[in-house]
Amino acid sequence: MLAPGLYHILFISTALFFIGVYGFFTRRNLITILMSVELILNSVNLNFIAFNKYLWPDKLDGLFFTIFIIAIAAAEAAVAIAIIINLYRSHHSIDVENAEEMKY
Amino acid sequence: MNTFLLQIRLLQVLPGNAGWMIALIPLLPLAAFVLLGLFGRKYFKQSAGIIATILLLASTLLALYTAYGYFFEYGKMDGVYQKLVPLKYTWLQFSEGVSIDMGILLDPISAMMLVVVTFISLMVHIYSLGYMKGDERFATYYAFLGLFTFSMLGLVIASNIFQIYIFWELVGVSSFLLIGYYYDKPSAVAACKKAFIVTRFADLGFLIGILILSFYSGTLDFNTLIQRLTSPESSELTAALSSSFLGISALTWGMLLVFIGGAGKSAMFPLHIWLPDAMEGPTPVSALIHAATMVVAGVFLVARLFPVFALSAPDALNIVGYVGAFSALIAAVIACTQTDIKRVLAFSTMSQIGFMMFALGVSKYGGEEGLGYTASMFHLFTHAMFKALLFLGAGAVIHYVHSNDMKDMGGLRKLLPITHITFLIACLAIAGVPPFAGFFSKEEILLAAYNHNPAIYWVALITSGLTAFYMFRLYFSIFWNKAPARLENLSRPFGRAEGKAHGGQHGEGGVAMMLPLILLAIGAAAAGFIPFGNFVSSDGKVLPSEFHLQFSIAPVALGLSGIFFAMAMYKKQNVLPDKIAASLSGLYKAAYHKFYIDELYLFVTKKILFNLIGRPAAWFDKNVVDGLVNATGTGTQTISEKIKSMQSGKVQQYGIYFLAAVIGLAVLFVYGWK
Repeated sequence: MLAPGLYHILFISTALFFIGVYGFFTRRNLITILMSVELILNSVNLNFIAFNKYLWPDKLDGLFFTIFIIAIAAAEAAVAIAIIINLYRSHHSIDVENAEEMKY
Repeated sequence: MNTFLLQIRLLQVLPGNAGWMIALIPLLPLAAFVLLGLFGRKYFKQSAGIIATILLLASTLLALYTAYGYFFEYGKMDGVYQKLVPLKYTWLQFSEGVSIDMGILLDPISAMMLVVVTFISLMVHIYSLGYMKGDERFATYYAFLGLFTFSMLGLVIASNIFQIYIFWELVGVSSFLLIGYYYDKPSAVAACKKAFIVTRFADLGFLIGILILSFYSGTLDFNTLIQRLTSPESSELTAALSSSFLGISALTWGMLLVFIGGAGKSAMFPLHIWLPDAMEGPTPVSALIHAATMVVAGVFLVARLFPVFALSAPDALNIVGYVGAFSALIAAVIACTQTDIKRVLAFSTMSQIGFMMFALGVSKYGGEEGLGYTASMFHLFTHAMFKALLFLGAGAVIHYVHSNDMKDMGGLRKLLPITHITFLIACLAIAGVPPFAGFFSKEEILLAAYNHNPAIYWVALITSGLTAFYMFRLYFSIFWNKAPARLENLSRPFGRAEGKAHGGQHGEGGVAMMLPLILLAIGAAAAGFIPFGNFVSSDGKVLPSEFHLQFSIAPVALGLSGIFFAMAMYKKQNVLPDKIAASLSGLYKAAYHKFYIDELYLFVTKKILFNLIGRPAAWFDKNVVDGLVNATGTGTQTISEKIKSMQSGKVQQYGIYFLAAVIGLAVLFVYGWK
């Protein structure tokens, strides 16, 4: 049994990324869209860790970035949920199709 | 003498803070302007006149003190009046030697002008206390008077040619404000615009003249400029004389252009068209503008640069002489036919300014030959007295009759006794009857013309006869002629007349209006006895005033016969004037219409300039320039109309644009990046 290499991890992170992108474009529910964004962020995290481990194993920059992104993602989730709550209060729905007043 | 030496001498001769004392003379009216202009309408509605008058009185006393000190104490050195610069502040330095300074140049003419301007302005201030009483914008009126006086005083003491230009423009602006004082009257609005545009147009010549002169002389300072452009060995003069354009030397061009500016302000032909219309202002303003200040600014400018004119640009000086003589004659002819008393006075002013101009024009520099210069300044001095008196007298008449038209007047001598006597004195003075002021100054002018230019002399002689005729035509029409019209008949709407605040029967006007008349009458009667040559001459040396009895016979006889003709025609109401007018129909009509010069200007501007330049330019502007601007507008509109659906408000659609762009950039970086 082979240990998983760089390519396996990259494959998974790419798959995660495109699942996220797909979710982002096709879902109408804002919570789901937020989850898709989290998927995209985590696929990037995976990439950082994989490259850090396989290319520069004696450095920690990739890990720091990952921790940093997790913190950002937490903050971003808080902000996004606040927006969603406000949207719900004014529109009584969290469907993005209903929030399209900001157009020409 | 160079400036350094001058400064040292100054320290010796001038009392300690004389500079600041002289600076106060223009600054006090400025203070009146600022105070009344800012706070007058709110706080000094009633007291504005008193405040301004007191400030100007102080200014007048300072001016008299300064003139006394200059002429009798410290001005003279080795028998020659010096050009002193008691105060100089460098305002804008361009390069070594070229700078715009704010300073004071004290020489005989500026000392004299200080007295004339402040005195006449004071008279006008006092007179207006009565004349403008009850006017809605009383404080504003006095603020404008203050600004005008300030600008004129700044002009006469300017030590720098650019300083004179700055004050020159200020005079233009404040005269614009004063002429257009009755801004609800369309004719006044038109008149003030006309005055401003015509003089401004002339000032363009002045500005170019300044640039030429300063380019060649390398300085803007009057003393240095005159010194460099008159001493034959100076390199600046050689350069200015040797470079030429159209066969005329650069210096002559410069002086001519400066003269154009002066001609515009002094209403010389053909730039005189603004002057008669400027009568739309309140009458005291006409007295101020036409007697002592704005219109003599041009004469003053030529006198200020007189050494350069006389020594280095005699051709330009000849032109000054001919333009002056022609203007004097043409204005006198027109004045004989006008019926609006203020217009008669306006043309008489133009005629008298013409006298001053050609007196300068025929003069030479220095000694006996410089008689014309002294005569011109003398006439400026006496003219200020009697012309201010005439205007203020006319104001009193207008105040009484509520009309400007001679036809509404007549037989007023019993009703307006003081005005009558003072007006008579002024008429005698301007007609050149001895021993009134105008006689002496006009004799000197005629003598100077006789000695140097016979052609101008004959024109001047005829003009002085005409002067006597039209002034006494005015006098007899106002005070004699028909029986006094009953005021009830004149109570038609005031129309063009001024003085709205009162109605019905009233007397001659209070002390405020009579006092200036009396003071000026004393001046007009006695000013001629001043030995003017002792104070003002072209080179600063004493020029003894001589009196030639034989010489003065011809002008006096001509003047008296002019008066006699006027008496025959206008003392009693008769048909003689109409008959004579009919027999001279063509000439009379032409003169009545001011020789159609206004119409000529209108033709040139409206028909030629508007059609050939104005309209094509307007077409180009409307179609090409505006077309381009509009095209950008409509283009932007069409494109944005087309692409606005991209902004759908759908977040996910924006996400797709974003993704597409990222992918596009990724492709570009991966494959396109070398």
